[in-house]
Amino acid sequence: MHRELKYSQAVHEAIELCMARDRSVYVMGLGVPDPKGIFGTTLGLKDKFGAGRVLDMPASENGMTGVAIGSALVGMRPIMTHQRIDFALLALDQIAGQAANWHYMFGGQARVPLVIRMIIGRGWGQGPQHSQSLHAWFAHIPGLKVVMPATPYDVKGLLIASVEDDNPVVFIEHRWLHNITGDVPGGLYRVPLGRSRVAREGDDLTIATASYMTLEALRAAEMLAEEGLNAEVIDLRTLKPLDEAPILDSVRKTGRLIVADTGWRSVGFSAEVVARVTEAALDHLKAPPRRVTLPDCPTPTSRALADFYYPSARDIVATAWGMMGLEVELPVMQETAGALLDVPDKSFTGPF
Amino acid sequence: MRNIEPAVLKRLYQEMLRIRLIEERIAELYPMEEMRCPIHLCIGQEAVAVGLCAHLTRDDYVLSGHRSHGHYLAKGGDLKRMMAELFGKVTGCSKGKGGSMHMLDLEAGFLGATPIVGGTIPIAVGAAFGTVMQGENRVTAAFFGDAAVEEGVFHESLNFAALRTLPVVFVCENNLYSVLSPLSVRQPSGREIYHLAQGHGVESFQADGNDVVEVYNLAGRAISKARRGDGPTFLEFKTYRWREHCGPNYDIDLGYRTEDEFQEWRSRCPIDRLKKHLKGKGLITDLEAEDMENSLRAEIDEAVEFAGESPFPEVEALEQHIFAP
Ligand SMILES: Cc1ncc(C[n+]2csc(CCOP(=O)(O)OP(=O)(O)O)c2C)c(N)n1
Ligand SMILES: [Mg+2]
Repeated sequence: MHRELKYSQAVHEAIELCMARDRSVYVMGLGVPDPKGIFGTTLGLKDKFGAGRVLDMPASENGMTGVAIGSALVGMRPIMTHQRIDFALLALDQIAGQAANWHYMFGGQARVPLVIRMIIGRGWGQGPQHSQSLHAWFAHIPGLKVVMPATPYDVKGLLIASVEDDNPVVFIEHRWLHNITGDVPGGLYRVPLGRSRVAREGDDLTIATASYMTLEALRAAEMLAEEGLNAEVIDLRTLKPLDEAPILDSVRKTGRLIVADTGWRSVGFSAEVVARVTEAALDHLKAPPRRVTLPDCPTPTSRALADFYYPSARDIVATAWGMMGLEVELPVMQETAGALLDVPDKSFTGPF
Repeated sequence: MRNIEPAVLKRLYQEMLRIRLIEERIAELYPMEEMRCPIHLCIGQEAVAVGLCAHLTRDDYVLSGHRSHGHYLAKGGDLKRMMAELFGKVTGCSKGKGGSMHMLDLEAGFLGATPIVGGTIPIAVGAAFGTVMQGENRVTAAFFGDAAVEEGVFHESLNFAALRTLPVVFVCENNLYSVLSPLSVRQPSGREIYHLAQGHGVESFQADGNDVVEVYNLAGRAISKARRGDGPTFLEFKTYRWREHCGPNYDIDLGYRTEDEFQEWRSRCPIDRLKKHLKGKGLITDLEAEDMENSLRAEIDEAVEFAGESPFPEVEALEQHIFAP
């Protein structure tokens, strides 16, 4: 049976199923039980599972992350939630120093089954401290798994798999994905961590991407197809562990790689993908790999600057033609022509 | 109102009214979707900013958080540049790069406001530390909300300020909520916030934040004490945010707080209270009050016009200011 759900509803359903199945799962975060329920993703859970398992918390990200870790050590499976990835920065020692190392530094005798949901985003003047794209930081840390789903189907399956995983998982949702809809089966299912997905097949060019940029990459692939260039889009889904083989297989077929990332350029995740490909498949490359990323500057608030800050399908298309050594006039994109690029669609009005 | 000169009372009234009218204008304009950034209005809480900053000179420093419009304005921050900032214009106080959540006016001693809860408290302590190291006699005030005391950094900051007897005034605006979460789900009942500060060895007081005279008097003592080199003070002011946490609307319909509670606080409007007093004592006439309001509105009109007419930053600005030259 086909069921269309929003990405945010798929998150909600995953949490609900995990909580119903396993009494050790609990949800905690600023605003989790409030009437807005983390963009709808935790709405109604308190009524269903009780205040004991669906908790608000003090504005104490650092301490409360430690509390979540401690509870995980003794048998609980917390899902911690931050409305912005930026707020998790207060807890860096707990995440990167404690949770990430705990299993290793005690010789594998203890484990930290902890999911930390962090929301990234863009636009509406969120600016430098409310919309950073910091997945590469977390992916750098041994011991942390990092997941960045792009579709409603994946977000549900990956969240369930993350909750069931016995390691700390940084689970990153892009705010502009919460409202997209897609096919989501009912009931429990898992999308395994560490597996990418071919989102579109093609022979001429590989676009490796994740999270929101998957949507832009698919749009770009459509535009390229109209001109006869067939791009293969690989949605990485999990950044750590990274599913390298499908990227390499694809590049061996196409000979060209673009990495499209929501993050910054320097020392970013895109650099990691390019490095893996050049290490393992250099001989197959017909052109230097290219990155489509944010420029190396903080997020400006003014919408006038945001318009130049965020890469889009158009940038991917331009990069693709550049790699082919062709100059093709770029089509004006219907959906963005004349629109402001600081909102995902017209239904999106501030403040969030 | 207890030994305060009429001229001072009138100034406090005017300052509060000015902030109120500015915030209301922002709320009115916001739905036009030209101010494309999150805004946190301080309507209902004006007395704290005004009573406190009345004792500060331009040489003193202020830092604040996400709800900073009132603090910026009370400290003498430029209104036109604030409006332009909300509109994302290059003439804004942060050149359009910050928006409502990241404002500063160095000429006014407004050292900066940023929206990571608790984030500027240690920075205020550091500013005070820096002024002492340089032998300057300046006072630094840190404004923050009731949620900020839940962050570890609040405690680390108070500890250091007390240790070094620094000239800081910690100003906690306790408006009972953090976003939609009441104090009851965040802090133990029966433990007052100002008691936390006492535990750190910082002299502390709690008062009615909707009574500008009470704020003014307490702030006067704390600031003189800091100026004398006698160390930090913590002031907790009970107050109430009238509008939604973020955005221009009322939000009682959400159900996280009651209409009764809202009306109760609204009836204790700091501006109405002072106006009533001024009128009762014959310190202000209706005509004077009207004139005052009209000239404030004219000033606001001008600022909005300035913001509207100002240009957006050019694309070159994007990669400017990453490093200081
Ligand atoms: C470290 C951090 N955590 C969470 C948030 C989200 N947030 C923004 S404002 C706010 C409420 C703060 O409440 P309070 O300090 O009482 O100030 P008020 O909004 O009531 O003025 C929260 C939780 C944030 N900005 N920073
Ligand atoms: Mg508050």
